[in-house]
Amino acid sequence: MSSLPSSASTGKESGLRVPSNGKTIYHRPINRTKTSELSQASFAFLFSEMVAYAQKRVKGIQELEHKLNVQGHSIGIKLLDLLLYREPARTQLRPQNIVALLHFIKQNVWLHLFGRQADRLEKSTDAEKPDEYMIIDNEPLVNQYISVPREMSQLNCAAFVAGVVEGVCDGADFPARVTAHTVGEGEMWPGKTVFLVKFRSEVVEREAFLAKS
Amino acid sequence: MSYYFAIVGTQDNPLFEYEFGTSKQGGDGQSRFTEQVRHLNQFILHSSLDIAEEVQWSHGQIGRGLTGGGSRNGRYLKCIDKFFNNYISCFVTGGNVKFLLLHQPTTPTSTASSRSSTAIGANPTSPATEEAIKMFFMEVYDNWVKAIMNPFYKANMEVRSPIFRARVAAAGRKYL
Repeated sequence: MSSLPSSASTGKESGLRVPSNGKTIYHRPINRTKTSELSQASFAFLFSEMVAYAQKRVKGIQELEHKLNVQGHSIGIKLLDLLLYREPARTQLRPQNIVALLHFIKQNVWLHLFGRQADRLEKSTDAEKPDEYMIIDNEPLVNQYISVPREMSQLNCAAFVAGVVEGVCDGADFPARVTAHTVGEGEMWPGKTVFLVKFRSEVVEREAFLAKS
Repeated sequence: MSYYFAIVGTQDNPLFEYEFGTSKQGGDGQSRFTEQVRHLNQFILHSSLDIAEEVQWSHGQIGRGLTGGGSRNGRYLKCIDKFFNNYISCFVTGGNVKFLLLHQPTTPTSTASSRSSTAIGANPTSPATEEAIKMFFMEVYDNWVKAIMNPFYKANMEVRSPIFRARVAAAGRKYL
């Protein structure tokens, strides 16, 4: 169990415990090799447990999706810094506008989590909603082994991924609401999922202001 | 040369602070803030947060104005504020946490420092100083990312790890 970073979270100095090999998280490199992937089977198992855990504690579908969203949120906040750190030094830029941020999510975040980029990025065509953007994934990895019962057809467990996206947005100071919606597309992509990113009005305002100056 | 370093979270809440002095030019690593001004450091540092926020969003424009190139690291905002003899440099992480470093050059009236005007810190806005501070920030950022990757760490929590503190101290000794 030497991988437990037991030292950093213990509050007082007297209570500090260091792993037996003397290596704390601060001694470990934070870059990892590209090939170190995790088993999808174990992820699917853990994820199904997470869904089951959330389901036991809620009344409706909305509440369940909210629970999954919250579970993903803290991951997103941490991923942002980690992935920026792992970028080559030249391109270690904080995303400064909405499009840069969404590209970062579509490419870096998706690549890190699922081993491929998200399929598409769209802006809402509705002129009334300039604050809505869509990240489209034809086949979300988290849903691969999830079958939703008919009476819960509203549910999309990719709400967890939506939470991750929301965490990245919030962390980068682009507060947003992100929700996952199933939009099956015939035989080809029955599980096609749209992540609807709705930024808060002040983000759009700031964007317009920065574009002007 | 005395330094006061603080990490400020997204809610403008302090997460970490550390005070030290220069170790270059035979410095002993002790800060030389006088008792009257020491408690002001926190005020001065936090009062620069507004400027930091302004600079971080209008970065492209200001960056071109000062150094005439896009080659700057997008998160290091260099020296952003000055209050009498206190200079403040800032670094913004991806998660919008701000590293603020207040540096106070020793007043040139003292006899010893008159010969060492080329030393790091004697001229707080020189490229050499900016580079040294950048290296310091990068090393702290390195450890900062490790600290916040701790599964028990939640955003905007105070960092109390003595190892993190020791690492910051080492970075200070190394570069400043």
